[in-house]
Amino acid sequence: MTTWTTVDEVASMIPDGSALALIRDGCGVAMSATRALIRRRVRDLRLVNVPTGGIQTDLLIGAGCVAELETSGVSLGEYGPAGRFAQAVTSGALTPKEATCPAIHAGLQAAEKGAPFLPLRGILGSDILRFRPDWRVINNPLNDTAEDPVVVIPAITPDIALFHCAMADDAGNVWVGRERDLITMAHAARQTLVTVERLYPGNLFDDPALAAGTLSSFYVTAVAPAAEGCKPLGFTGHYGEDEDALRAYAKASRGNAEFATYLAAYATAPAAV
Amino acid sequence: MTNFNHHELLIATMARLLDGTRHIAVGVSSPIPASAALLTRHQSNGATRVSILGDPSNTFWSDGGKELFDCAAQGRIDAFFFSGGQIDGAGNINLVGIGDYPRSTVRFGGSYGSAFLYYMIPRIILFRPDHDPRVLVPKVDFISAAGTSPPGVWRRGGPYALVTGKAVFHFDSNEGRFTLQSVHPGETLPDIQATTGFAFDVAPDLSETESPDAATLSLIRGRVGREIAATYPKFARESLGIAA
Repeated sequence: MTTWTTVDEVASMIPDGSALALIRDGCGVAMSATRALIRRRVRDLRLVNVPTGGIQTDLLIGAGCVAELETSGVSLGEYGPAGRFAQAVTSGALTPKEATCPAIHAGLQAAEKGAPFLPLRGILGSDILRFRPDWRVINNPLNDTAEDPVVVIPAITPDIALFHCAMADDAGNVWVGRERDLITMAHAARQTLVTVERLYPGNLFDDPALAAGTLSSFYVTAVAPAAEGCKPLGFTGHYGEDEDALRAYAKASRGNAEFATYLAAYATAPAAV
Repeated sequence: MTNFNHHELLIATMARLLDGTRHIAVGVSSPIPASAALLTRHQSNGATRVSILGDPSNTFWSDGGKELFDCAAQGRIDAFFFSGGQIDGAGNINLVGIGDYPRSTVRFGGSYGSAFLYYMIPRIILFRPDHDPRVLVPKVDFISAAGTSPPGVWRRGGPYALVTGKAVFHFDSNEGRFTLQSVHPGETLPDIQATTGFAFDVAPDLSETESPDAATLSLIRGRVGREIAATYPKFARESLGIAA
Protein backbone atom coordinates (compact mmCIF):
# COMPACT_ATOMS: atom_id res chain seq x y z
CA MET A 1 0.00 0.00 0.00
CA THR A 2 1.31 3.35 -1.03
CA THR A 3 1.90 5.98 1.63
CA TRP A 4 0.54 9.49 1.09
CA THR A 5 3.04 11.91 2.50
CA THR A 6 4.73 15.30 1.99
CA VAL A 7 7.43 16.49 -0.38
CA ASP A 8 9.92 16.82 2.48
CA GLU A 9 9.10 13.31 3.61
CA VAL A 10 9.70 12.06 0.05
CA ALA A 11 13.13 13.72 0.11
CA SER A 12 13.92 12.04 3.43
CA MET A 13 13.14 8.64 1.85
CA ILE A 14 16.08 9.05 -0.54
CA PRO A 15 19.18 8.02 1.45
CA ASP A 16 22.63 9.40 0.75
CA GLY A 17 24.36 7.27 -1.87
CA SER A 18 21.14 6.18 -3.61
CA ALA A 19 21.09 5.29 -7.29
CA LEU A 20 18.35 7.68 -8.35
CA ALA A 21 16.59 7.58 -11.74
CA LEU A 22 15.34 10.94 -13.02
CA ILE A 23 13.19 11.65 -16.09
CA ARG A 24 14.06 14.11 -18.86
CA ASP A 25 12.72 17.66 -19.06
CA GLY A 26 9.07 18.15 -19.91
CA CYS A 27 7.97 14.64 -18.93
CA GLY A 28 7.51 15.05 -15.19
CA VAL A 29 10.69 16.33 -13.53
CA ALA A 30 10.05 16.44 -9.77
CA MET A 31 11.52 19.88 -9.08
CA SER A 32 9.73 20.50 -5.76
CA ALA A 33 11.15 17.24 -4.44
CA THR A 34 14.57 18.15 -5.84
CA ARG A 35 14.56 21.36 -3.87
CA ALA A 36 13.60 19.40 -0.75
CA LEU A 37 16.53 17.05 -1.43
CA ILE A 38 18.91 19.98 -1.63
CA ARG A 39 17.45 21.44 1.57
CA ARG A 40 18.09 18.19 3.38
CA ARG A 41 21.66 18.23 2.02
CA VAL A 42 21.55 14.83 0.42
CA ARG A 43 25.01 13.54 -0.56
CA ASP A 44 26.66 11.05 -2.94
CA LEU A 45 23.67 10.45 -5.18
CA ARG A 46 24.31 8.23 -8.19
CA LEU A 47 22.06 9.78 -10.79
CA VAL A 48 20.69 7.95 -13.81
CA ASN A 49 19.27 10.37 -16.37
CA VAL A 50 16.35 8.85 -18.30
CA PRO A 51 17.87 9.42 -20.73
CA THR A 52 19.01 13.07 -20.43
CA GLY A 53 19.23 15.76 -17.78
CA GLY A 54 18.59 19.46 -17.43
CA ILE A 55 18.23 21.96 -14.61
CA GLN A 56 17.44 19.23 -12.05
CA THR A 57 20.69 17.36 -12.65
CA ASP A 58 22.67 20.58 -12.94
CA LEU A 59 21.30 21.90 -9.63
CA LEU A 60 22.03 18.67 -7.79
CA ILE A 61 25.60 18.67 -9.14
CA GLY A 62 26.10 22.32 -8.21
CA ALA A 63 24.72 21.73 -4.71
CA GLY A 64 27.29 19.00 -4.11
CA CYS A 65 24.75 16.17 -3.98
CA VAL A 66 26.12 13.98 -6.78
CA ALA A 67 28.87 11.36 -6.70
CA GLU A 68 28.09 9.68 -10.03
CA LEU A 69 26.10 10.50 -13.13
CA GLU A 70 25.05 8.23 -15.96
CA THR A 71 23.70 10.35 -18.80
CA SER A 72 23.25 10.70 -22.54
CA GLY A 73 23.50 14.45 -22.24
CA VAL A 74 22.89 17.37 -19.90
CA SER A 75 21.80 20.76 -21.18
CA LEU A 76 19.39 23.57 -20.41
CA GLY A 77 17.85 23.25 -23.87
CA GLU A 78 16.91 26.64 -25.32
CA TYR A 79 18.70 28.30 -22.39
CA GLY A 80 22.09 26.91 -23.33
CA PRO A 81 24.76 24.80 -21.65
CA ALA A 82 24.28 23.39 -18.14
CA GLY A 83 26.95 25.38 -16.33
CA ARG A 84 27.43 23.34 -13.16
CA PHE A 85 27.64 20.09 -15.13
CA ALA A 86 30.24 21.58 -17.48
CA GLN A 87 32.20 23.03 -14.57
CA ALA A 88 32.19 19.75 -12.65
CA VAL A 89 33.36 17.79 -15.69
CA THR A 90 36.06 20.19 -16.89
CA SER A 91 37.44 20.57 -13.35
CA GLY A 92 37.70 16.80 -13.01
CA ALA A 93 35.29 16.68 -10.07
CA LEU A 94 32.83 14.50 -12.01
CA THR A 95 33.45 11.99 -14.79
CA PRO A 96 30.08 11.04 -16.20
CA LYS A 97 29.28 7.53 -17.32
CA GLU A 98 28.70 8.50 -20.95
CA ALA A 99 25.70 6.83 -22.56
CA THR A 100 23.40 7.18 -25.53
CA CYS A 101 19.65 7.57 -25.09
CA PRO A 102 18.43 4.16 -26.32
CA ALA A 103 21.04 2.39 -24.18
CA ILE A 104 19.58 3.88 -21.02
CA HIS A 105 16.10 2.85 -22.14
CA ALA A 106 17.46 -0.63 -22.91
CA GLY A 107 19.17 -0.91 -19.52
CA LEU A 108 15.94 -0.08 -17.72
CA GLN A 109 13.98 -2.45 -19.94
CA ALA A 110 16.45 -5.23 -19.15
CA ALA A 111 15.92 -4.55 -15.44
CA GLU A 112 12.14 -4.66 -15.74
CA LYS A 113 12.44 -8.04 -17.48
CA GLY A 114 14.83 -9.31 -14.84
CA ALA A 115 17.28 -9.95 -17.68
CA PRO A 116 21.03 -9.36 -17.29
CA PHE A 117 21.29 -7.23 -20.45
CA LEU A 118 19.68 -6.21 -23.71
CA PRO A 119 21.53 -6.13 -27.03
CA LEU A 120 21.52 -3.03 -29.24
CA ARG A 121 22.67 -2.44 -32.79
CA GLY A 122 24.68 0.69 -33.56
CA ILE A 123 27.15 2.27 -31.09
CA LEU A 124 30.12 0.25 -32.47
CA GLY A 125 32.88 2.71 -33.34
CA SER A 126 31.73 5.29 -30.79
CA ASP A 127 34.28 6.31 -28.13
CA ILE A 128 31.50 5.80 -25.60
CA LEU A 129 32.35 2.09 -25.73
CA ARG A 130 35.99 2.77 -24.82
CA PHE A 131 34.90 4.42 -21.60
CA ARG A 132 32.15 1.98 -20.67
CA PRO A 133 33.88 -1.26 -19.70
CA ASP A 134 30.51 -2.47 -18.42
CA TRP A 135 29.12 -2.34 -21.96
CA ARG A 136 30.38 -5.36 -23.85
CA VAL A 137 30.54 -6.42 -27.46
CA ILE A 138 29.53 -10.00 -28.23
CA ASN A 139 29.01 -11.83 -31.46
CA ASN A 140 25.35 -12.29 -32.32
CA PRO A 141 24.84 -15.82 -30.95
CA LEU A 142 22.03 -16.43 -33.46
CA ASN A 143 24.23 -15.73 -36.47
CA ASP A 144 26.01 -18.97 -37.42
CA THR A 145 27.34 -17.76 -40.74
CA ALA A 146 29.17 -14.50 -40.16
CA GLU A 147 30.89 -12.27 -37.64
CA ASP A 148 28.15 -9.99 -36.35
CA PRO A 149 29.23 -7.87 -33.38
CA VAL A 150 26.47 -6.51 -31.14
CA VAL A 151 26.70 -4.28 -28.07
CA VAL A 152 25.07 -5.53 -24.88
CA ILE A 153 23.83 -3.05 -22.30
CA PRO A 154 23.68 -4.29 -18.71
CA ALA A 155 20.46 -3.95 -16.76
CA ILE A 156 20.07 -0.66 -14.89
CA THR A 157 18.37 -1.17 -11.54
CA PRO A 158 18.02 2.16 -9.75
CA ASP A 159 17.42 2.15 -6.01
CA ILE A 160 14.75 4.78 -6.49
CA ALA A 161 12.81 6.32 -9.38
CA LEU A 162 11.61 9.87 -8.66
CA PHE A 163 9.15 11.74 -10.86
CA HIS A 164 6.17 14.06 -10.95
CA CYS A 165 2.85 13.34 -12.64
CA ALA A 166 -0.64 14.71 -13.00
CA MET A 167 -2.61 12.80 -10.42
CA ALA A 168 -2.80 9.92 -8.00
CA ASP A 169 -5.80 8.33 -6.33
CA ASP A 170 -6.34 7.49 -2.66
CA ALA A 171 -4.97 3.99 -3.18
CA GLY A 172 -1.71 5.40 -4.54
CA ASN A 173 -2.20 4.49 -8.20
CA VAL A 174 -0.63 7.26 -10.30
CA TRP A 175 -1.67 8.47 -13.73
CA VAL A 176 1.28 9.04 -16.07
CA GLY A 177 -0.71 9.33 -19.31
CA ARG A 178 1.47 8.87 -22.37
CA GLU A 179 4.74 9.36 -20.46
CA ARG A 180 5.44 5.64 -20.66
CA ASP A 181 9.12 6.03 -19.71
CA LEU A 182 7.90 6.70 -16.16
CA ILE A 183 6.37 3.23 -16.10
CA THR A 184 9.61 1.66 -17.32
CA MET A 185 11.54 3.56 -14.64
CA ALA A 186 9.16 2.40 -11.92
CA HIS A 187 9.29 -1.22 -13.10
CA ALA A 188 13.09 -1.15 -13.12
CA ALA A 189 13.64 0.61 -9.79
CA ARG A 190 13.47 -0.97 -6.36
CA GLN A 191 11.30 1.87 -5.09
CA THR A 192 9.34 4.66 -6.74
CA LEU A 193 8.57 8.04 -5.23
CA VAL A 194 6.06 10.30 -6.94
CA THR A 195 4.85 13.85 -6.53
CA VAL A 196 1.52 14.81 -8.12
CA GLU A 197 -0.37 17.90 -9.17
CA ARG A 198 -3.58 16.73 -7.51
CA LEU A 199 -5.58 13.92 -5.95
CA TYR A 200 -7.93 12.00 -8.26
CA PRO A 201 -11.27 11.29 -6.60
CA GLY A 202 -12.06 7.58 -6.92
CA ASN A 203 -9.95 4.78 -8.36
CA LEU A 204 -7.98 5.40 -11.57
CA PHE A 205 -8.47 1.81 -12.69
CA ASP A 206 -12.28 2.23 -12.70
CA ASP A 207 -12.09 4.43 -15.82
CA PRO A 208 -10.77 2.38 -18.79
CA ALA A 209 -9.55 5.54 -20.55
CA LEU A 210 -7.40 6.44 -17.54
CA ALA A 211 -6.45 2.88 -16.62
CA ALA A 212 -4.27 2.54 -19.74
CA GLY A 213 -2.03 5.37 -18.51
CA THR A 214 -2.00 4.34 -14.87
CA LEU A 215 0.91 2.90 -12.91
CA SER A 216 -0.32 0.65 -10.12
CA SER A 217 0.34 1.48 -6.48
CA PHE A 218 2.03 -1.94 -6.45
CA TYR A 219 5.15 -0.16 -7.70
CA VAL A 220 4.72 3.10 -5.79
CA THR A 221 6.33 3.52 -2.38
CA ALA A 222 5.03 6.99 -1.58
CA VAL A 223 3.10 9.85 -3.16
CA ALA A 224 3.13 13.49 -2.15
CA PRO A 225 1.01 16.37 -3.44
CA ALA A 226 3.05 19.14 -5.11
CA ALA A 227 1.06 21.61 -7.19
CA GLU A 228 3.20 22.94 -10.04
CA GLY A 229 5.78 20.42 -8.92
CA CYS A 230 7.83 20.75 -12.14
CA LYS A 231 8.27 24.52 -11.98
CA PRO A 232 10.32 26.32 -13.21
CA LEU A 233 10.22 23.60 -15.87
CA GLY A 234 7.04 23.13 -17.80
CA PHE A 235 4.83 20.06 -17.62
CA THR A 236 3.50 19.04 -21.04
CA GLY A 237 -0.25 19.48 -21.18
CA HIS A 238 -0.41 21.29 -17.83
CA TYR A 239 1.74 24.42 -17.72
CA GLY A 240 4.54 26.05 -19.61
CA GLU A 241 8.01 26.74 -18.33
CA ASP A 242 8.91 29.86 -16.36
CA GLU A 243 11.19 31.44 -18.94
CA ASP A 244 12.53 34.19 -16.68
CA ALA A 245 13.39 31.73 -13.93
CA LEU A 246 15.13 29.37 -16.37
CA ARG A 247 17.09 32.20 -17.95
CA ALA A 248 18.16 33.35 -14.49
CA TYR A 249 19.21 29.82 -13.60
CA ALA A 250 21.18 29.38 -16.81
CA LYS A 251 23.12 32.56 -16.06
CA ALA A 252 23.74 31.62 -12.42
CA SER A 253 24.90 28.13 -13.39
CA ARG A 254 27.86 29.53 -15.32
CA GLY A 255 29.75 31.15 -12.44
CA ASN A 256 30.82 29.72 -9.08
CA ALA A 257 29.92 32.84 -7.08
CA GLU A 258 26.70 33.44 -9.00
CA PHE A 259 25.63 29.87 -8.41
CA ALA A 260 26.39 30.03 -4.69
CA THR A 261 24.14 33.08 -4.38
CA TYR A 262 21.41 31.41 -6.39
CA LEU A 263 21.61 28.21 -4.39
CA ALA A 264 21.40 29.97 -1.04
CA ALA A 265 18.22 31.75 -2.12
CA TYR A 266 16.75 28.71 -3.85
CA ALA A 267 17.37 26.26 -1.05
CA THR A 268 16.04 28.48 1.69
CA ALA A 269 12.98 29.83 -0.15
CA PRO A 270 9.74 28.44 1.26
CA ALA A 271 8.61 25.26 -0.50
CA ALA A 272 5.85 25.71 -3.04
CA VAL A 273 3.12 23.18 -2.24
CA MET B 1 15.52 37.28 -59.19
CA THR B 2 13.54 36.91 -55.99
CA ASN B 3 14.94 38.22 -52.74
CA PHE B 4 15.45 35.70 -49.95
CA ASN B 5 17.32 35.64 -46.69
CA HIS B 6 20.01 33.25 -45.48
CA HIS B 7 17.65 31.14 -43.37
CA GLU B 8 15.25 30.73 -46.29
CA LEU B 9 18.15 29.55 -48.45
CA LEU B 10 19.17 26.97 -45.83
CA ILE B 11 15.59 25.72 -45.41
CA ALA B 12 15.09 25.30 -49.17
CA THR B 13 18.52 23.66 -49.56
CA MET B 14 17.88 21.09 -46.84
CA ALA B 15 14.40 20.38 -48.19
CA ARG B 16 16.00 19.37 -51.51
CA LEU B 17 18.16 16.87 -49.60
CA LEU B 18 15.02 15.43 -47.98
CA ASP B 19 13.14 14.93 -51.23
CA GLY B 20 11.55 11.47 -51.53
CA THR B 21 11.73 10.56 -47.83
CA ARG B 22 8.68 8.95 -46.19
CA HIS B 23 9.33 9.98 -42.60
CA ILE B 24 11.59 12.74 -41.28
CA ALA B 25 12.23 13.16 -37.57
CA VAL B 26 13.62 16.38 -36.10
CA GLY B 27 15.24 16.80 -32.69
CA VAL B 28 14.77 19.65 -30.23
CA SER B 29 16.19 23.17 -30.66
CA SER B 30 16.24 22.84 -34.46
CA PRO B 31 14.08 25.52 -36.08
CA ILE B 32 15.81 25.47 -39.49
CA PRO B 33 15.79 21.66 -39.87
CA ALA B 34 12.19 21.54 -38.64
CA SER B 35 11.22 24.19 -41.23
CA ALA B 36 12.99 22.20 -43.96
CA ALA B 37 11.10 19.06 -42.93
CA LEU B 38 7.76 20.88 -42.98
CA LEU B 39 8.61 22.36 -46.40
CA THR B 40 9.34 18.85 -47.67
CA ARG B 41 5.97 17.70 -46.34
CA HIS B 42 4.15 20.43 -48.25
CA GLN B 43 6.18 19.92 -51.42
CA SER B 44 5.29 16.21 -51.29
CA ASN B 45 1.60 17.05 -50.81
CA GLY B 46 1.69 15.35 -47.45
CA ALA B 47 3.32 12.11 -48.62
CA THR B 48 6.26 12.78 -46.28
CA ARG B 49 5.45 12.43 -42.60
CA VAL B 50 7.26 14.74 -40.20
CA SER B 51 7.84 14.16 -36.48
CA ILE B 52 9.14 17.09 -34.47
CA LEU B 53 10.34 16.31 -30.95
CA GLY B 54 8.81 18.63 -28.41
CA ASP B 55 5.85 19.54 -30.63
CA PRO B 56 2.84 17.45 -29.51
CA SER B 57 0.89 18.37 -32.68
CA ASN B 58 3.68 16.90 -34.84
CA THR B 59 4.45 13.66 -32.99
CA PHE B 60 2.45 10.45 -32.99
CA TRP B 61 4.47 8.67 -30.30
CA SER B 62 2.57 7.25 -27.36
CA ASP B 63 5.13 4.80 -25.97
CA GLY B 64 7.58 7.16 -24.30
CA GLY B 65 10.94 8.48 -25.41
CA LYS B 66 12.09 5.02 -26.42
CA GLU B 67 9.62 4.89 -29.32
CA LEU B 68 11.72 7.25 -31.47
CA PHE B 69 14.70 4.90 -31.14
CA ASP B 70 12.62 1.80 -31.71
CA CYS B 71 11.16 3.41 -34.87
CA ALA B 72 14.65 4.23 -36.12
CA ALA B 73 15.92 0.75 -35.30
CA GLN B 74 13.19 -0.77 -37.45
CA GLY B 75 13.89 1.48 -40.41
CA ARG B 76 10.73 3.57 -39.93
CA ILE B 77 12.65 6.88 -40.03
CA ASP B 78 14.39 7.95 -43.24
CA ALA B 79 15.97 11.26 -42.28
CA PHE B 80 17.23 13.06 -39.19
CA PHE B 81 19.55 15.96 -38.35
CA PHE B 82 22.60 16.27 -36.16
CA SER B 83 24.83 19.17 -35.37
CA GLY B 84 28.20 18.53 -33.83
CA GLY B 85 30.54 20.43 -31.56
CA GLN B 86 33.14 19.00 -33.91
CA ILE B 87 32.67 17.27 -37.27
CA ASP B 88 35.63 15.69 -39.04
CA GLY B 89 36.34 14.79 -42.64
CA ALA B 90 35.53 11.11 -42.02
CA GLY B 91 32.00 12.04 -40.93
CA ASN B 92 32.67 11.43 -37.23
CA ILE B 93 30.77 13.73 -34.89
CA ASN B 94 31.67 14.88 -31.38
CA LEU B 95 28.91 16.07 -29.07
CA VAL B 96 30.89 15.46 -25.86
CA GLY B 97 33.76 17.91 -25.50
CA ILE B 98 36.98 19.48 -26.73
CA GLY B 99 40.34 18.24 -25.49
CA ASP B 100 41.71 14.95 -24.26
CA TYR B 101 38.65 13.10 -22.92
CA PRO B 102 37.79 12.67 -20.07
CA ARG B 103 39.70 15.84 -19.18
CA SER B 104 37.82 17.97 -21.69
CA THR B 105 38.62 21.67 -21.60
CA VAL B 106 35.22 22.47 -23.07
CA ARG B 107 32.27 20.23 -22.30
CA PHE B 108 29.23 19.92 -24.54
CA GLY B 109 25.98 18.26 -23.47
CA GLY B 110 26.69 14.66 -24.44
CA SER B 111 26.21 12.18 -27.24
CA TYR B 112 22.41 11.98 -26.86
CA GLY B 113 20.95 9.52 -29.37
CA SER B 114 23.70 9.97 -31.96
CA ALA B 115 25.62 6.78 -31.17
CA PHE B 116 22.53 4.86 -32.19
CA LEU B 117 20.58 6.95 -34.69
CA TYR B 118 23.69 7.61 -36.83
CA TYR B 119 23.76 3.90 -37.64
CA MET B 120 20.01 3.47 -38.16
CA ILE B 121 18.76 6.40 -40.25
CA PRO B 122 19.82 6.52 -43.92
CA ARG B 123 19.80 10.25 -44.49
CA ILE B 124 21.47 12.01 -41.59
CA ILE B 125 21.98 15.66 -42.46
CA LEU B 126 24.71 17.39 -40.50
CA PHE B 127 23.86 21.03 -40.03
CA ARG B 128 26.12 23.80 -38.76
CA PRO B 129 25.11 27.36 -39.64
CA ASP B 130 28.59 28.59 -38.69
CA HIS B 131 31.25 27.29 -41.06
CA ASP B 132 34.29 27.36 -38.81
CA PRO B 133 37.62 25.46 -38.89
CA ARG B 134 37.30 24.95 -35.11
CA VAL B 135 34.15 22.95 -35.80
CA LEU B 136 35.08 21.30 -39.11
CA VAL B 137 38.25 19.66 -37.83
CA PRO B 138 40.71 17.08 -39.23
CA LYS B 139 39.87 14.66 -36.41
CA VAL B 140 37.28 14.93 -33.64
CA ASP B 141 38.51 14.77 -30.02
CA PHE B 142 35.77 12.29 -29.09
CA ILE B 143 33.76 10.12 -31.45
CA SER B 144 30.16 10.29 -30.27
CA ALA B 145 29.11 8.52 -33.46
CA ALA B 146 31.38 7.16 -36.17
CA GLY B 147 30.94 8.29 -39.78
CA THR B 148 31.55 4.84 -41.25
CA SER B 149 31.87 1.27 -40.00
CA PRO B 150 34.18 -1.54 -41.07
CA PRO B 151 32.76 -4.35 -43.23
CA GLY B 152 30.83 -6.88 -41.18
CA VAL B 153 29.32 -4.32 -38.84
CA TRP B 154 25.58 -4.07 -39.33
CA ARG B 155 24.68 -0.58 -40.44
CA ARG B 156 21.74 0.99 -42.26
CA GLY B 157 22.37 4.68 -41.81
CA GLY B 158 24.90 7.44 -41.53
CA PRO B 159 25.89 10.88 -42.71
CA TYR B 160 24.34 11.86 -46.03
CA ALA B 161 25.21 15.53 -46.36
CA LEU B 162 26.72 18.43 -44.45
CA VAL B 163 25.02 21.79 -44.78
CA THR B 164 26.77 24.86 -43.39
CA GLY B 165 26.21 28.58 -43.69
CA LYS B 166 28.58 28.58 -46.66
CA ALA B 167 28.17 25.34 -48.58
CA VAL B 168 26.70 21.88 -49.15
CA PHE B 169 28.87 18.74 -48.96
CA HIS B 170 27.74 15.24 -49.83
CA PHE B 171 29.18 12.29 -47.91
CA ASP B 172 30.43 9.16 -49.63
CA SER B 173 30.21 6.30 -47.13
CA ASN B 174 32.42 4.05 -49.25
CA GLU B 175 35.22 6.59 -49.37
CA GLY B 176 34.47 7.99 -45.92
CA ARG B 177 34.92 11.52 -47.26
CA PHE B 178 32.96 14.67 -47.98
CA THR B 179 32.65 16.16 -51.47
CA LEU B 180 31.89 19.84 -51.85
CA GLN B 181 28.78 19.97 -54.02
CA SER B 182 27.72 23.62 -54.02
CA VAL B 183 28.70 26.93 -52.49
CA HIS B 184 26.04 29.37 -51.31
CA PRO B 185 25.58 32.62 -53.25
CA GLY B 186 28.40 35.03 -52.43
CA GLU B 187 30.80 32.30 -51.19
CA THR B 188 33.93 31.13 -53.02
CA LEU B 189 35.88 27.87 -53.18
CA PRO B 190 39.09 29.42 -51.77
CA ASP B 191 37.15 30.76 -48.80
CA ILE B 192 35.53 27.37 -48.17
CA GLN B 193 38.97 25.75 -48.37
CA ALA B 194 40.37 28.26 -45.90
CA THR B 195 37.59 27.82 -43.38
CA THR B 196 37.25 24.03 -43.51
CA GLY B 197 39.63 22.21 -41.21
CA PHE B 198 39.38 18.85 -42.95
CA ALA B 199 40.37 17.73 -46.44
CA PHE B 200 37.52 17.20 -48.88
CA ASP B 201 36.92 16.47 -52.54
CA VAL B 202 35.39 18.97 -54.94
CA ALA B 203 32.62 17.82 -57.25
CA PRO B 204 33.49 18.16 -60.95
CA ASP B 205 30.16 19.91 -61.39
CA LEU B 206 30.61 22.22 -58.39
CA SER B 207 27.88 24.82 -58.60
CA GLU B 208 26.28 27.65 -56.73
CA THR B 209 23.64 26.47 -54.26
CA GLU B 210 20.30 26.77 -56.01
CA SER B 211 18.25 29.76 -54.90
CA PRO B 212 14.72 29.09 -53.69
CA ASP B 213 12.10 29.86 -56.34
CA ALA B 214 9.02 31.98 -55.78
CA ALA B 215 6.72 29.03 -55.04
CA THR B 216 9.15 27.66 -52.43
CA LEU B 217 9.53 31.05 -50.78
CA SER B 218 5.81 31.49 -50.67
CA LEU B 219 5.44 28.14 -48.89
CA ILE B 220 8.23 28.99 -46.43
CA ARG B 221 6.72 32.38 -45.63
CA GLY B 222 3.19 30.97 -45.54
CA ARG B 223 2.21 27.54 -44.32
CA VAL B 224 5.67 26.47 -43.10
CA GLY B 225 6.13 29.72 -41.22
CA ARG B 226 2.75 29.50 -39.54
CA GLU B 227 3.35 25.89 -38.51
CA ILE B 228 6.86 26.46 -37.21
CA ALA B 229 5.63 29.46 -35.21
CA ALA B 230 3.81 27.06 -32.87
CA THR B 231 7.14 25.66 -31.64
CA TYR B 232 9.57 28.45 -32.54
CA PRO B 233 7.66 31.77 -32.41
CA LYS B 234 10.80 33.91 -32.16
CA PHE B 235 12.42 32.19 -35.15
CA ALA B 236 9.24 32.45 -37.25
CA ARG B 237 8.93 36.16 -36.45
CA GLU B 238 12.55 37.17 -36.94
CA SER B 239 13.58 34.86 -39.80
CA LEU B 240 10.41 34.26 -41.77
CA GLY B 241 8.43 37.41 -41.04
CA ILE B 242 5.50 35.58 -39.43
CA ALA B 243 3.52 37.82 -37.09
CA ALA B 244 2.97 36.28 -33.66
